[in-house]
Amino acid sequence: MAFEATETVDCDILIIGGGMSGCGAAFEAKYWAGDKRVVLAEKAAIERSGATGEGLSAINCYMGQRYGWNTPEDFVNYVVNDMMGLAREDLVYDVGRHVDNSVHLLEEWGLPIWKQENGQYERIGRWQIPIHGESIKPIAAEPARTALGPENIYERVAITHLLKDDDDPDKIAGAAGFSVRDNKFYIFRSPVVIITTGGASNVFRPRSVSEGLGRTWYSVFATGSAYGLMIPAGVEMTQMEHRFVPTRFKDGYGPVGMWFQYFHAKVLNAMGEDYTVTRAAELEKYEPYGSAIPTPTPLRNHQMFLDIRDGYGPMYMRTDQAMQALAGGDPAKMDEVRNEAWEDFLDMTISQALTWAAQNIAPEETPSEVVLAEPYIMGSHSGEAGAWVSGPEDIATDDYNWGYNRMTTIRGLFAAGDGVGAAPHKFSSGSFTEGRIAAKAAVNYLTDNPGRPTVSDEQAQGMRQTILGPLSTFDQHKGATTAEEINPNYMTPKQALVRLQKIMDEYAAGASAWYTTNRPTLERGIVLIEMLREDLAHLAARNPHELMRCWEVMHRAWVGEAHLRHLLHREETRWPGYYYRSDFPDLDDAKWRVFVNSRYDRDADSWQLMTRPYRKLITQ
Amino acid sequence: MPTFVNPNACNACEGEHQGPLCVYICPNDLMVLDVDVNKGFNQEPDMCSECYACVKLCPQDAIHVRGYADFVPMGAIVQPHRTEDGLQWEVVFRDGRRFEFTYQSRTRPAGTVVPYEGFTEDSTGDLRNQNLAGDSTWLGVDRLPVPASK
Repeated sequence: MAFEATETVDCDILIIGGGMSGCGAAFEAKYWAGDKRVVLAEKAAIERSGATGEGLSAINCYMGQRYGWNTPEDFVNYVVNDMMGLAREDLVYDVGRHVDNSVHLLEEWGLPIWKQENGQYERIGRWQIPIHGESIKPIAAEPARTALGPENIYERVAITHLLKDDDDPDKIAGAAGFSVRDNKFYIFRSPVVIITTGGASNVFRPRSVSEGLGRTWYSVFATGSAYGLMIPAGVEMTQMEHRFVPTRFKDGYGPVGMWFQYFHAKVLNAMGEDYTVTRAAELEKYEPYGSAIPTPTPLRNHQMFLDIRDGYGPMYMRTDQAMQALAGGDPAKMDEVRNEAWEDFLDMTISQALTWAAQNIAPEETPSEVVLAEPYIMGSHSGEAGAWVSGPEDIATDDYNWGYNRMTTIRGLFAAGDGVGAAPHKFSSGSFTEGRIAAKAAVNYLTDNPGRPTVSDEQAQGMRQTILGPLSTFDQHKGATTAEEINPNYMTPKQALVRLQKIMDEYAAGASAWYTTNRPTLERGIVLIEMLREDLAHLAARNPHELMRCWEVMHRAWVGEAHLRHLLHREETRWPGYYYRSDFPDLDDAKWRVFVNSRYDRDADSWQLMTRPYRKLITQ
Repeated sequence: MPTFVNPNACNACEGEHQGPLCVYICPNDLMVLDVDVNKGFNQEPDMCSECYACVKLCPQDAIHVRGYADFVPMGAIVQPHRTEDGLQWEVVFRDGRRFEFTYQSRTRPAGTVVPYEGFTEDSTGDLRNQNLAGDSTWLGVDRLPVPASK
């Protein structure tokens, strides 16, 4: 497979990823950057790329400041409790105070938002508003594309590595990757880079492993590249032990928020019992978070987990009871409720609608199974893995701020969305907003640091050789076997993916291990994942599509290894319902209400784990 | 699956300057053109999230979805059809029950947004403060909040 000569792109700001955060970053950067060149690189097409490409039925982060609904302080109090005491209050507050601007703009750009009779937005919960959101992504992408100019958007270009400045290894210099369509290798030289790429699905063995491998809860194309780009570049990461285990409709992973909050449905076990009632005393073990209102997500998971473990499943979302209660015997009202119920899936998780139709489930008649899914590692939804970043200048303390909002520990490298750690509950609107926050700060940095980066030919050539390596590996070794898939000299990316998933599932508290692990199990997992990382040097690709899959699994493997090491470091069970350390079964606020951070040193091939203090900047 | 392509309906998007639209739009690089027969197909069905991006965009309504073989019983159909401002969904149960749902997707046509229209923030003078572009028009409150403790 022959790749053309390297194409070098020089720009002032490079945005990696064109999901919600990337589109927000592009829109904001161009406003402040004037005639500077802002470029966005995306592995797909920005109209439907990223986690929201399929659509959404709700915006889950909206303050409603203009209605007097919530203040950013309220938001911080809620998020900190839901995360069992651990979130960067400066970062969360910052998203909260800005996010309404983004939601109002999305509406102006064409997003239909449900309205109450008084003209205010309809509400699902305290922070959630329902939308007709099938097209939220193309609506968010359009102004980004117009603002940057189509010539500055490099689509179908998969970025796999960051470049450091040859004169200063603590400074960013750009990124490298390749096109999956026209056999071109790219070097982007840029003094500022904003990482807006995704969190990680498919790091753990999912419950569906055949065709259903694609029906992950978080996007199957969210390959952990936010972390896979930053960890090997030596960025300090935080909270990589955190994961989110969603409670979702079984197999299709349809959303449950509308059902709980808008239709007021309950999940009952097979005996008709409500685990939030029968397991109420369980919350007392996890004070002060156990008595928080609402009950934190992991604790609600934990209560349900106990019912399943003790053999009281299946668990059913009683859609039938809820819809009958709402309709009250009125057929016209039932039509309205049915219409809303199906829209919830058809706007964002169409597979669940197909699963209902195929299993003859009319929700007004038949309840639906819900399950605890496999774990996901991400930073934008209810997860908080990501980079340790500088906070807003007017809120962050000195140890939380090093000059530019959302800048990582590498100068000139910014992050947003899934890439920012300890700043969860951003969802679509907050990620778009955080992209904007990072972009404005990035323009400030660029103004203060106008020099061009140094990328030597040697570095660029070395990157090319590394990144295109799997193509050479295949060419070199393909003659050793009559069956391409079975070759002692290489692995295919799919083979590497399932090996990673098996390690994570069995050693890192996956679903089949009842989300439970301990020190010896984690240590064994680290031995096996270190071998996997060595073997990833022998990945083989037959074409650019497979080359992309190779780098995706390498990114996922970095996520997996960081997760294992962080799990080992935090000696407590802070998030029951997400995972359990059987050797440290209790939550220990006195010792562990701190952030667990890590830094990988490429030269020494070693990991440094450390803790960073928790600062109460908003909460009492 | 996973998406599949009806060979009798696919015309490889003849005349589209971007080439086949399913190939253009797939977020996971799955839809490709089989050049021998000039038809689209899904090259990696177990990496398909059934997001329907290609189904919604296909001008020939040639792309359909057969539910994941590992947990979806056979026989159901969930198929969107474009309307002026949204989608009409055809839902057919395995037992033959049929529903139709129509939802709006957008309130203004694509391509009509003018970025930064009416924004008043000064790109130099306001660069160092905490405001984002458009705050004066779109934040919904007069002043960007700062923590009460500050």
